[in-house]
Amino acid sequence: MAAATTEIRWHGRGGQGAKTAAIFLAEAVLDQGKHSQGFPEYGPERRGAPVRGFTRISDAPIRLHCSIAEPDYVIVLDPTLLDSQAAGVPDGASDDTVFLINTVETPANIRKRLGIKGGKVHTVDASLIAQECFGRPIPNMPMIGALAAVADVITLENLVASLVVRFKKKFSQAVIDGNVTAVERAYKELVSE
Amino acid sequence: MKQIYVGLTGNEAVATAFKQARPHVAPAFPITPQTEMMHKFADFVADGVVDTEMILVESEHSAMSAAIGSAATGARTFTATSSAGFALMWEVVYIAASLRLPICMPVVNRALSGNINIHNDHSDAMGGRDAGWIQLWCENTQEAYDHALMCWRIAEHKDVRLPVMINYDGFIISHTAESLHILPDEDAWKFVGPKDLKAGYSLLDMDRPITVGPLDLTDYYFEHKVSQIEALKRAPKYIAEVYKEFGQLTGRHYSFFEEYRTDDADLVIVALGSTAGTAKDVIDAQREKGVKVGLLKIHMFRPFPAAELAKALSKAKVVGVMDKSASFGGWGGPLFNEIRSALYDLPARPKIHNWIYGLGGRDTDTKQIVSLIEQLQAIAKGREAETVNLLGVRL
Repeated sequence: MAAATTEIRWHGRGGQGAKTAAIFLAEAVLDQGKHSQGFPEYGPERRGAPVRGFTRISDAPIRLHCSIAEPDYVIVLDPTLLDSQAAGVPDGASDDTVFLINTVETPANIRKRLGIKGGKVHTVDASLIAQECFGRPIPNMPMIGALAAVADVITLENLVASLVVRFKKKFSQAVIDGNVTAVERAYKELVSE
Repeated sequence: MKQIYVGLTGNEAVATAFKQARPHVAPAFPITPQTEMMHKFADFVADGVVDTEMILVESEHSAMSAAIGSAATGARTFTATSSAGFALMWEVVYIAASLRLPICMPVVNRALSGNINIHNDHSDAMGGRDAGWIQLWCENTQEAYDHALMCWRIAEHKDVRLPVMINYDGFIISHTAESLHILPDEDAWKFVGPKDLKAGYSLLDMDRPITVGPLDLTDYYFEHKVSQIEALKRAPKYIAEVYKEFGQLTGRHYSFFEEYRTDDADLVIVALGSTAGTAKDVIDAQREKGVKVGLLKIHMFRPFPAAELAKALSKAKVVGVMDKSASFGGWGGPLFNEIRSALYDLPARPKIHNWIYGLGGRDTDTKQIVSLIEQLQAIAKGREAETVNLLGVRL
């Protein structure tokens, strides 16, 4: 049931890795014996268009096969989506929803921009971290690092281990090391209210 | 047997099962959302993990034609399609069944055009329900994987010899990474087993030369159609056997349909595919409130298990059939019509209503299913209601 399932909604733009992050996290938590689901919302495929991704994590098998309307966590990879009504970042959020925003702004400012009173807002400059660590401003992996700091879905240790195993098939050691550093930095540099 | 716990999309899971079944031939033509399945399988071939001969054809009509030629020689053969691709292979889909060729084919369910829509509904496969194929339907990635292993044993059984269509919802299953258990390659192979290349007949048998698919007019065509009808009548026995053996091997037990909390249910929802999973969560919540509601999810739509379904639904007060396809100008969706017909001979029939839902991938969330259950409750209390209804549409 929903109560035991953690529901995460990702907001990004085409090319920022929202889909990859949603599915990567779903696979990474399997190593902790969890059940999971990761899926994107498919529309016209073009770089820069708003895209959403979804991850469900549970101790029990997951049977729901619908979109996530009332997320426990909302992760925003691109701060320009905050003002887009079409992107619907605050849609369905409750007083318990946790927002993780890739931005240079403070949580208080973000709260104003989103127009929310409840919930919790955390910020981290994941694009900068990504640029500095592996030379490309792709914020998805550091944002998972930030999530590990606030959500009880994956430990930093397991996240890093999972990243190393899964990236080995595709990337050089330098890229892997850069991503590990980025994940660890975001985990530490997260700004909370 | 130790199984492997992995996260795979529905397409990846089915490609993995097919790799484990070591098919001889796979004609391929891309169409969303099936493409990724064949793409993944092509990776296995390119990596030398399986030595299937892939034939890259120029259309779905050609894909099925090539599959027919291949299967007629006795080779284990599959192809895959969705939506308009399935529609394009129409003519030859019937021929595959008429020639009794054990081809396996995932139909990764997607809406038909127009307007152009890449998302899930069941219009594609429902159009092919009278083509003579066995049709099996899956709720999630695990079920898609399992059926992609079991289909070979069913299709190739000497007393069945029919093509099998495995249905799983486009994007909702095909592109969702889910946790599932897969068999180690050796155990999967032990279960599927090698194809008997001489089973039935073979085009390559020079001592017994035969013609496949000749002119068949008023003299014997009717008898050949009856042989197809009879083969589909025999199939459930062997499907049940394969389900049983697979259950003993894996602990995952399948039957023609799954009954979820129906024992004392006054209200029963009937559904196909991924929506059944969402409905189970809603049913659990409604049960907490004392609502006696259950679900009947159909795995085997062709052949249609009418007698078994009638028995299973006989105690319900109200049955709500969910159709993810429309029958334009017809009276309700295809699943509704078959269920309603199956219940006709019961001495005391439940009330049966239909809800058309989710066309073109419209998200079917828990709220829609709650609304459906509330409508079933009202009908049980005597409220008049339309026979055919819509769910989740803007009006």
